[in-house]
Amino acid sequence: MLASLPSELLRSLRLTLVIAVATGLIYPLLITGISQVAFHDQANGSLVTKNGQVVGSKLIGQQFTKPEYFHGRVSATVDPNNPTKASPYNAANSAGSNLGPSNQALIDRTSKDVAAARKDNYLDPNAPIPADLVTADFSGVDPDITEAPALLQANRVALARNLDPTKVRALVERHVQGRVLVIFGEPRVNVLDVNMALDSGEAR
Amino acid sequence: MVLDIIGVAITFLAVFVCAWFLGPYLAKVFGGERVFLSPVVRPVERSFYWLSGIKEDREQNWFGYLVAMLVLQLVSLLFTYVILRVQDHLPLNPMGFSGVAPDLAMNTAISFTTNTNWQNYTGEQTMSYLSQMLGLVIHNFLSAATGIALAVALVRAISNRKLSTIGNFYVDATRAILYVLLPMSIVGGLILASQGVIQTLGSYPVAHTVEGVQQAIAVGPFASQEVIKDLGNNGGGPFNANSAHPFENPNGFTNQFEIFLELVIPFALAVMFGRMVGNVKQGLAIGGAMALVLVSATGIAMAAEQSGNPALTGVGVNQANTATQAGGNMEGKSVRFGPIYSAEFAASTTGTSTGSVDSAHDSFTPIGGMVPMVLIQLGEITPGGVGAGLYGMLTFAVIAVFIAGLMVGRTPEYLGKKIESREVRLASLAILILPASILGFAALSVLLPAGKAGPLNPGAHGFSEILYAFSSTTGNNGSAFAGLTGNTIYYNSTLGAAMWLGRFIFVIPILALAGSLAGKKVAPASAGTFATDTTLFTGLLVGVIIIVGALTFFPALALGPLLEHFQLAAGHLAH
Repeated sequence: MLASLPSELLRSLRLTLVIAVATGLIYPLLITGISQVAFHDQANGSLVTKNGQVVGSKLIGQQFTKPEYFHGRVSATVDPNNPTKASPYNAANSAGSNLGPSNQALIDRTSKDVAAARKDNYLDPNAPIPADLVTADFSGVDPDITEAPALLQANRVALARNLDPTKVRALVERHVQGRVLVIFGEPRVNVLDVNMALDSGEAR
Repeated sequence: MVLDIIGVAITFLAVFVCAWFLGPYLAKVFGGERVFLSPVVRPVERSFYWLSGIKEDREQNWFGYLVAMLVLQLVSLLFTYVILRVQDHLPLNPMGFSGVAPDLAMNTAISFTTNTNWQNYTGEQTMSYLSQMLGLVIHNFLSAATGIALAVALVRAISNRKLSTIGNFYVDATRAILYVLLPMSIVGGLILASQGVIQTLGSYPVAHTVEGVQQAIAVGPFASQEVIKDLGNNGGGPFNANSAHPFENPNGFTNQFEIFLELVIPFALAVMFGRMVGNVKQGLAIGGAMALVLVSATGIAMAAEQSGNPALTGVGVNQANTATQAGGNMEGKSVRFGPIYSAEFAASTTGTSTGSVDSAHDSFTPIGGMVPMVLIQLGEITPGGVGAGLYGMLTFAVIAVFIAGLMVGRTPEYLGKKIESREVRLASLAILILPASILGFAALSVLLPAGKAGPLNPGAHGFSEILYAFSSTTGNNGSAFAGLTGNTIYYNSTLGAAMWLGRFIFVIPILALAGSLAGKKVAPASAGTFATDTTLFTGLLVGVIIIVGALTFFPALALGPLLEHFQLAAGHLAH
């Protein structure tokens, strides 16, 4: 059996090359070709443009810190050249916090963010804060929040923009995206989508 | 929450229904019969053999099959190693990444060859498009095809063929790619691309955000990679965040579709097994055991993740499930999936050998995180990796009939083949290799400073990170408690060794078992034969799996997730 080893090696090498060409080149290039024609927007990253300039992607979260915008979730991404330096919503270096549930560091970070959310939104010091607003997802670029933290921020946004809070809340409700096919996934608010709606004057 | 549970149930149901129809197709493909794709695929298949110098009708005995398999793995592993090392001199590298360092390139090549897809790197900062396509996607196909081929060989040996040969490895692997994996990937890849999974060769676009900063957005030819990553139970995604990244898994539908892709072939192989041995109920007994464990485990993980983290409630976080939020333990989870669907994904990716993740297992509640760990430690047989699940399960079936034989005092047999001391020894050896590697390496790591340097989290959870890493690599899963710093010389080499042991040392006794069974005559069933196509056997099989798993891993789990659970319940945090 071992006498046939050289011929097995040659066969394996030839088969490896054939499979490499078929599955590593022809197949991905075929899918690229078809997708670029049939699903051009999706295949290129569902980019959102405003006045001809790319402002982001529908699917990729971006950082909002100003009071007149809805804020997204906590992002744990870091600078790729300096892993100790935070770089929130870095869309070229996805990462989560990986903090375990019993880690004091997770509880400390969350307490700090809970306190900040209460202060920023003029809530009383014991108000409960919705879970997704003060936790980090695994990618660091979660584009969504649930409806609860969006409604919680409506007063602040209205005040900063000098708008009627009920109109801002109505805008949030209009921009809640339901589950896919009624059942799959969770209802959510896309933060970029709702903020661009604000900028376009939808809540005036 | 009710809708979520219905959605989970629908997904499982879709898997079972499609597996029921895919199984007979697989039996035909590996039996060499004509199928509806033959007019298109058969000429391609013949050209593969002609180009590679393979004689289609030359059957191999178990040792020849093993040698062919190992040689192909070795050659293709070196192929990928070279591509990763020299990617800076090759095309399709628009972001100008440099060549991958030797120890990382070797770890990655082993990882993808063994169907593990453990990743000690951040894809979008490390790999050129060519490395992803040519270096890694090829193994997504080849390693899955290898698993399927091995399972088919074992089934042939068990079924009544009166031959001492078990097929031709090259032919089985080629058919798995051309008739099964590639056609399903083309359809599935396009479905994913239509939903927003990216598929482009362009460089990373830079957005000028609403608040006026620059945001570079990593892209790539990834729908084609995503689909086979799940379908082939590989799990190694192009992005560091894997299926949690919106470009790999953009919405609630794609999440369930990816779960479906992970599960459908492993369950279909159980149906194929029934077909090939001439009794569909034999396949249902095996598939039923797989489904029972998977669904129960999913339920436990769902309950644990929806209940949330008590320590966060203490600092003012509202984790309740209400009309306006999903609630639950949201650290490490995406809003679009929520805790229930994330838990289903976690159980499916570890019940199979996939290892892709749509959420951070490291940040799951202790019990929620223990579920994927245990599913890996049981041997990933519920329903298991493509192929690997079936041959792992059949090994347990041999043990189960042996135990049943001891209870009634009769020589055990499985499908008419007598199970004697040689078969039981080989099956036991196969089953013992996994815990020896998992517990051995985990113990070594907590003794050595280089090992103790790995965990991110303090206390019991840090031990869980190490235990999970060696479970995942030995089981060829590839998911991680990702806080562990794995890209060190110590972990690259020990995790690499664990992957190799778990894949190739594991299959040596299995193929020897196949060879031993292949030569045996089939004894006709008699009144004293223990029936293996009944729910009683399914129950016995699940019992054996749980007892063997529990006896082996309970002490280690007590030091990790169980300890953490009780500490957390008592309000004790780790510093």
